[in-house]
Amino acid sequence: MAKKLAIIASKGTLDGGYPPFILASTAAALGFEVKIFFTFYGLQLLTKELSLKVSPLGNPAMPMPVPVPSIIQIIPGLEWFATWMMKRKLKQKGVASIEQLREICLESDVELIACQMTYDLFDFKKEDMIEGISHGGAATFLEFAGDADVTLYM
Amino acid sequence: MSEYDVELDTSGLNCPLPVLKARKALSTMEAGQRLHLIATDVGAKMDIPAFTKMTGNVLIETSEHDGKLHFVLEKGAA
Repeated sequence: MAKKLAIIASKGTLDGGYPPFILASTAAALGFEVKIFFTFYGLQLLTKELSLKVSPLGNPAMPMPVPVPSIIQIIPGLEWFATWMMKRKLKQKGVASIEQLREICLESDVELIACQMTYDLFDFKKEDMIEGISHGGAATFLEFAGDADVTLYM
Repeated sequence: MSEYDVELDTSGLNCPLPVLKARKALSTMEAGQRLHLIATDVGAKMDIPAFTKMTGNVLIETSEHDGKLHFVLEKGAA
């Protein structure tokens, strides 16, 4: 019987969006049955037009070309710059885009479950989201996770 | 280098793309056919053996030359 991987994706930043899609697509390639439950900010990862950003603010581990003190990081445009820099680096190093990994997940039958409560909470609309996702709540996730070999919260 | 049926060059691509592309290529092949996978992602050195071990495909050969990793994978029966 196929191994099962259950993931909760709770982050909606550019850097936070990679781990669930990388692990899910790879697990599917290794023959796992995979489901990802997208909750709170993670739900952003299912929108059609992704505009994910990365912020150096509150993230002292982010490598910057020059050290930028936290007080300076509130300046408008710095988040934009950090996002631009990260996207350029990802491209240079041949890392797939989030859109590409998400597409591979869908192609390889990874089930992408949108948290219904978050959906209602943030007023998401069906037309904002990509095709091929399903909806569910805590019990939907736990039913699958209860039998999963690996369960991860990201 | 062993003989092969299909060649796939993933040079320049990073984790997890070499594994994902290898799986895609193998899915179009018949059992017993061989895939020559080329990669520059150093992580592939560990990831490709893990991939073949878990998926019932066989890693026939691994080598490294001209700064690139070369794998020959044989598609398993499953």
